[in-house]
Amino acid sequence: MIELQNVRFSYERERPLIEDLSFRIEKGESVGLIGANGAGKSTLLKLLLGLIQGEGRILVDDIPVEKANLSQIRRKLGFVLQNSDNQMFMPTVYEDMIFGPLNYGLSREETERRVDAVLERLGLQELKHRHNHRISGGEKRMAAIATVLAMEPEALLMDEPSSNLDPYNRRIVINTIRSLPQTKLIASHDLDMILDTCDRVLLLSKGRLVADGPAAELLRDRALLEANRLELPFSLAGRGS
Amino acid sequence: MLLICHIEVIMNKMQKALLELSDMDDLAARSSAIHSLNPTAKLLATIAYVAVVLSFGKYRLSGLIVMLLWPVLLFQLSGIPVHLCFYKLRLVLPLVLAVGLFNPFFDRAPLLVLGPLAVSGGVVSMLTLMLKGTLCLMASFLLMATTGIDSLCACLRKLHFPGLLVTLLLLTYRYVGVMTEELAVMTEAYQLRAPGQKGIQHSAWGSFLGQLLLRSMDRSQELYASMLLRGYHDHFHYAPERPFRPQDALFLLGSLAVFFLLRFVPVAELLGALFVR
Repeated sequence: MIELQNVRFSYERERPLIEDLSFRIEKGESVGLIGANGAGKSTLLKLLLGLIQGEGRILVDDIPVEKANLSQIRRKLGFVLQNSDNQMFMPTVYEDMIFGPLNYGLSREETERRVDAVLERLGLQELKHRHNHRISGGEKRMAAIATVLAMEPEALLMDEPSSNLDPYNRRIVINTIRSLPQTKLIASHDLDMILDTCDRVLLLSKGRLVADGPAAELLRDRALLEANRLELPFSLAGRGS
Repeated sequence: MLLICHIEVIMNKMQKALLELSDMDDLAARSSAIHSLNPTAKLLATIAYVAVVLSFGKYRLSGLIVMLLWPVLLFQLSGIPVHLCFYKLRLVLPLVLAVGLFNPFFDRAPLLVLGPLAVSGGVVSMLTLMLKGTLCLMASFLLMATTGIDSLCACLRKLHFPGLLVTLLLLTYRYVGVMTEELAVMTEAYQLRAPGQKGIQHSAWGSFLGQLLLRSMDRSQELYASMLLRGYHDHFHYAPERPFRPQDALFLLGSLAVFFLLRFVPVAELLGALFVR
């Protein structure tokens, strides 16, 4: 589904933010992208979406991420931003949800059907006509996910989906992510959430891939995590190797 | 305690400003005969109205007063209170009213006599300019309050306005909200570290404004990226669809006919002549 071949990116010549990165994510996989601040997680997501261009080759469903293919690529990849305020720019949740599908040429009827189906699936029907600036942070995060799901993407890229949420809303977001059948790539520092939602983990450090393996194994490796300025997930603390 | 109260006042002001911005979207979402009109009809009528208002001579105050009829009628039909318009435009109105403030000093020749009072041409031209500005603002406010930014942008694109300009208009509208939010956060952070200080020190203005601009740019870029990722390409397919119906044509043609009549027929003078012999 997603393939990177020797990808490199830098804003300045001296220090690349992404260095010789290669990996492959299969359809239906749920992959956690972890690493300390500045490891290159958000940059990698931006590269996948074609928001920035680096060297090397990135393929989404065997389509190269190039300017000519961006519309096609972005239709396949739904992106949930870290700051939901930046994602929800229309006056109401409903208007935000129809924004993507209508821009991609879907009919009003089909868009309505999708909006209602997504809201029902996530249990957010009551939010449909609420104003974005009058809903809580947790509701806004769920609504942001809903806006992306309304486009029916084949894969979901998420940047810190559980940040700034209280435990209750965090759990709702985690359960929602778990229930989504799409291919997922989730960048986060919340290793408990990664453990709950992902089968596989990619560990980045200074733009390089330092580990790639099953979440249940990698997230138990205290030495590896601490060497890369991370800590064992709370749920595994005291049980790590 | 005093500091917390002060910060709360600032935050309340900012939140109020944000809510006021969203109020425009709320107004546009209402339903009325004017709201349901096709945006193109409303936009063209507004452009024509502004052009006619601006075309009045500098001493034709009586003709301009009659032009008030159109916005007043639209306020009535749309159910939008007139005072809301003046409240929302309270920051811009003084600037508009300041235009022509010096006319009375340059044009002192008496133009008309009202009983014992001789009114100079400068005073009349000043009032004319002020009224022109106010009428144009009222018409623009009505257009925004009954159409909404997205429908307006969609309509501009249909009229073949350059996509880049229309996107800039849309982003500027959205950008104001982003800047207000960032300003609220920065002001709060500043006040927390400057207890007992009123406002922001002059020495900090430069860096404060610079930071505000950088932060707003960062957020705006992310917001724009979010639009691009959901297929935005300056065509506004998501704006509510309102086909051009016979009543839209009637509204547009009727408005144009009224403007033409009010511009070229001295309605005020004719009405006055009925009462004054």
